[in-house]
Amino acid sequence: MSKKAVISPETTAEAIISRPDLRRMAELIEPGSRVLDLGCGSGEFLGFLKKRKNIRPLGVEIDADMVAECVKRGIPVIHGDLNSNLDYLQSASFDCVLLTRVLQELTNPEAVLKEVVRIGKRGLVGFINFGHIRNRWQLALAGRMPKNVALPHEWYNTPNIHLGTIRDFRDLCDSLDIEIIRSFPVGRDRSFLAANLPNLFAYACIFEIRNKK
Amino acid sequence: MSDSVNNQLLSTPQDFNFGPGEENALLLDCGRKLYEVNLRYEVYGKLSAKKDNAILIHHALTGDAHVAGKHSPEDRKPGWWDEMVGPGKFIDTDKYFVICSNVIGGCSGSTGPRSIDPATGKLYNLDFPVVTIADMVRAQKRLIDHLGIEKLLAVVGGSMGGMQSLEWGRLYPDMVKSVIAIATTSQLGSQSIAFNWVGSQAIRSDINFNNGEYTVNPEHGLATARMLAHITYLSDESMSRKFGRNLQDAESYSFAFKRDFAVESYLEYQGQRFVERFDANSYLYITRAIDYYDLANGGDLAEAMKSYKADLLVVSFSSDWLFTTAQSEVIVKAALANDLNCSFCEIESSYGHDAFLLEVDRLGALIRDFLHNQQEEF
Repeated sequence: MSKKAVISPETTAEAIISRPDLRRMAELIEPGSRVLDLGCGSGEFLGFLKKRKNIRPLGVEIDADMVAECVKRGIPVIHGDLNSNLDYLQSASFDCVLLTRVLQELTNPEAVLKEVVRIGKRGLVGFINFGHIRNRWQLALAGRMPKNVALPHEWYNTPNIHLGTIRDFRDLCDSLDIEIIRSFPVGRDRSFLAANLPNLFAYACIFEIRNKK
Repeated sequence: MSDSVNNQLLSTPQDFNFGPGEENALLLDCGRKLYEVNLRYEVYGKLSAKKDNAILIHHALTGDAHVAGKHSPEDRKPGWWDEMVGPGKFIDTDKYFVICSNVIGGCSGSTGPRSIDPATGKLYNLDFPVVTIADMVRAQKRLIDHLGIEKLLAVVGGSMGGMQSLEWGRLYPDMVKSVIAIATTSQLGSQSIAFNWVGSQAIRSDINFNNGEYTVNPEHGLATARMLAHITYLSDESMSRKFGRNLQDAESYSFAFKRDFAVESYLEYQGQRFVERFDANSYLYITRAIDYYDLANGGDLAEAMKSYKADLLVVSFSSDWLFTTAQSEVIVKAALANDLNCSFCEIESSYGHDAFLLEVDRLGALIRDFLHNQQEEF
């Protein structure tokens, strides 16, 4: 759930801007809003948003060392596990809830996704697309589980225990009565293909979601 | 933690008196008034010109105002939180002005049951009014006013000290920038009340107790109370590691009721050391204050914390079964329900409740960094 590398504040802003998914997410966040980041790591992204967009942040993080990093950055943070009860967070108490690339690591992504739209007026979910052509190619030709920059682990030690495709994610939202307001496929250099055939060419996708009810 | 620049931190206990007249007396939760109150306190560091660097530390049940440093270079031991507080330390007295006062009801210089009742000229003993955690805080507020501080950068405390810190944020929301509540709870649970009751019984049934009018400290009862309480400050793991089933001085069991086990000997030692420095009546009064402590006042905690403005840092320890992580999370939930800025961390430790005094490095780093950011925003 946590990204171990701790980056200095100066390089953080550049690192975030250089990551297309985070850059796009930042664009989708209203200045001055109340933002919760589930699985916030060392609080880099919230720190960036606080500085650039004057948001009022809160993070939730499982790793105590990362929690300490958040405190150091001045980011309020709750030490806790997303797989356990999140009912200490009130319904609709945040303008926006972020879930950046942690969904696939959770024991019960379905339950957490429901919590995202309960706690937040809207949610921004970053999703790794297992349906990307590179993964399909590796599986089809080599007959082995894909291993690459986005998925660097072996099948037996990967933290990514719940991988799915963009289509799968849409189906899940549908079954949970979650509305996908907008989606933003993230491609590498073939942005034209990623935008038009996301399930094949986007390595990740950002979904802006909310409760239908 | 780097070594402190200068370990010769010296402090002098000071006294602050208030409440000679009816108006100035301290009105207590029980309805009675306390007159001619003395607060013994210590300060460290310098108050800045902007008065934006004052930190009030609260001691735990049997602690005192002597947080750090020594009273004289010949002292054998420094204050109880000397690893945390001092020049260049986590709560850096080169940077902050640190205040700590003895609680009322105690026996370390502030007014308590072994003080003279101005109405009778005799010791209060059990005529001393039962005080609450909120009463202790109200007394401290007089001291902070006296020191000319309008707003504290932080109120900090572990265990009963954390209860006082939390109470400060509720009673005086405009005087507190931040609250650091360590290994504590928003209310005493029945298990803790039960432990206190056994301790209280042990003291009151001591042959020397004489309904509080003793001339000799009822040592047996007080030591028993301390031994019982001390067990609740440790953990099964820390006790197993330290003592196991080791025998103290013998190769085999005595087959009698002597001190066979190392853990028995340790507890007796703790009990004996305690009665040398602590008064039995004070122990009754302070544990009663803890029993009565309920930040939610019998109602909903989030509702009770509506007045809160302070940012919070809440810290628990994984093996603390006296004031658990779940109890800290109750505080966090109520703080978030009031849309407060709140951070929470559970520190992994095998030391039990005592971890708040022993896990200095990890706790200290959190406190240091939190304080730094609080001062930036002050």
